[in-house]
Amino acid sequence: MSVSAAAPPASSLSAARAALPQLPRRLDPLALLALPALLFMAVVFLMPLLLLLWASVRAEGGFSLAGYVRVLGDSYYIGVIGNSLRLGLVTAFGALLLGYPAAFALARARGYAQAILFALVFLPLTVSIIVKSFGWGIVLRRDGILNWLLINLGLIERPLRMLFTEESLYAGMINVFLPFMVLPIYSVVRMLDPRLSEAAATLGASPLFRFLRITLPLSLPGVVAGLSIVFSLAVAAYVTPSLLMGDRYMTMSMVMAKAFLNLRDWQLGSAMAAVLLALAVAVVVGAGLLQRRLARHGQ
Amino acid sequence: MERVGTTIAWFALIVVIAFLLLPIVVVIPVSFTEATVFRFPPQGFSLQWYEKVRNVEALLSSLWLSTQIAALSTVISLLLGTLCAIALVRGRVPGGTAIATFMTAPLMLPGLVLGIAMLQALREVGLRDAWWSLLLAHVVITMPFVMRTVLSSLSLFDFSMVDAARTLGCSYPLALWRVLVPNILPGFISGALFAFVASFDNYPVSIFLVDVRTKTLPIQLLNYLEISPDPTLAAVSTLLIGLTILVLIVCDRLVGVRRMAAI
Repeated sequence: MSVSAAAPPASSLSAARAALPQLPRRLDPLALLALPALLFMAVVFLMPLLLLLWASVRAEGGFSLAGYVRVLGDSYYIGVIGNSLRLGLVTAFGALLLGYPAAFALARARGYAQAILFALVFLPLTVSIIVKSFGWGIVLRRDGILNWLLINLGLIERPLRMLFTEESLYAGMINVFLPFMVLPIYSVVRMLDPRLSEAAATLGASPLFRFLRITLPLSLPGVVAGLSIVFSLAVAAYVTPSLLMGDRYMTMSMVMAKAFLNLRDWQLGSAMAAVLLALAVAVVVGAGLLQRRLARHGQ
Repeated sequence: MERVGTTIAWFALIVVIAFLLLPIVVVIPVSFTEATVFRFPPQGFSLQWYEKVRNVEALLSSLWLSTQIAALSTVISLLLGTLCAIALVRGRVPGGTAIATFMTAPLMLPGLVLGIAMLQALREVGLRDAWWSLLLAHVVITMPFVMRTVLSSLSLFDFSMVDAARTLGCSYPLALWRVLVPNILPGFISGALFAFVASFDNYPVSIFLVDVRTKTLPIQLLNYLEISPDPTLAAVSTLLIGLTILVLIVCDRLVGVRRMAAI
């Protein structure tokens, strides 16, 4: 899209530029390097997503919202969406409860100790989710490590049934997604200026007051980032819920997988996928807006 | 009061680390058991399950497939992503930030939605070959990792250093090779390793694209777990954990884990 087809004399060109500064300038040839990647992503990533949205409103006779009516008008599927949302919320706030104080300790640690502690929080992030879910199964089995421990400590007499309970699902989910909560909070807390809190102490503020009025508000951007990442990962999780609970706790992802892999019901699967996609985009955009507001507030 | 808060924080960190490591650490002793079940504590010591890994044809062929797909998709992402990053950092690209967001977007979307979308699109164009479908999809999966690290290391690089090298008598290509490449190489390699691991571990996208004979390792592992749950899986898991620790150490030597983990 070159604007100037025939090159005018330099003087008149600069005069024209000065007169019309808002005219787009010649396309930078370096910009063309972005084209292969952009084309690839447009065809292999964007187009399928648009096709998916189209498939969710397509029917025999043309346009139809039947898929959405089936998903949003059926109490069973509303229950499934509720399950996913509950799983996302419990996981996100459970991870916050554990991860928030831990992130502070991680940020306060110094030198070699901090490098080690950091690596220990980071390592689980790179271990395959299947390995972790499988290991979690070994921990919770009737003849697993937790029951063995509890019996040997004399706390229980017979092994408890722990696998395939809702509590074990929550614990497993928090286990898988916890690093995504600790790391963003850590990176915000690390940047906090300790002198702020010290100044407040000099002025006579109690530790609780200092935490509530200074540290907590300043750490909120990290909390928002952590909550939004963990929630959007947990609400869409598939591997962990299906390994730890199976069909006993149907989530949106499991309905989608079933619709496509077993039932061949593409209309149902596409509509469910579109709902999940809308949810994910809403969370990402909402968290972004909230963070911008917090940043402006902090200045 | 101050003390109480600090104590709570440290206690929480110790609990968090123990909790995070628990499911990873338990598979290691189980992989050396003599028994045919996962019972804890494991009985005796044997390498039979590692022996068995070597003899299960399905596991080996999916390991090979996953390696191929992960390596090729990472290389393609690096190629396309680096060109794009150069354009975004050095060129005047209209809507540059929007493009950067778009290229990293697959990371933020539910994997299953991506998989379903690709399944439909590939059926629509008539591509039914699992190998090619997996490769295309995994380029999309790996692209955000490559884009993020390459973009950040390119934008941190001071390009006047290239001019300085030329003033001192380097030719332009030699200046790029001697000054630019060593500076951005760590970011490159860590981006590539992360991309490789993301592709190698991917389940939710791949599940829609595999067929009976072409299964990636995570899918084969879950399959195996359903059909014959024995400690072979613990052996495979232990090997995978060893591999990730190795990758992490290499990354740490190159860039430092903390820079890599910036979310």
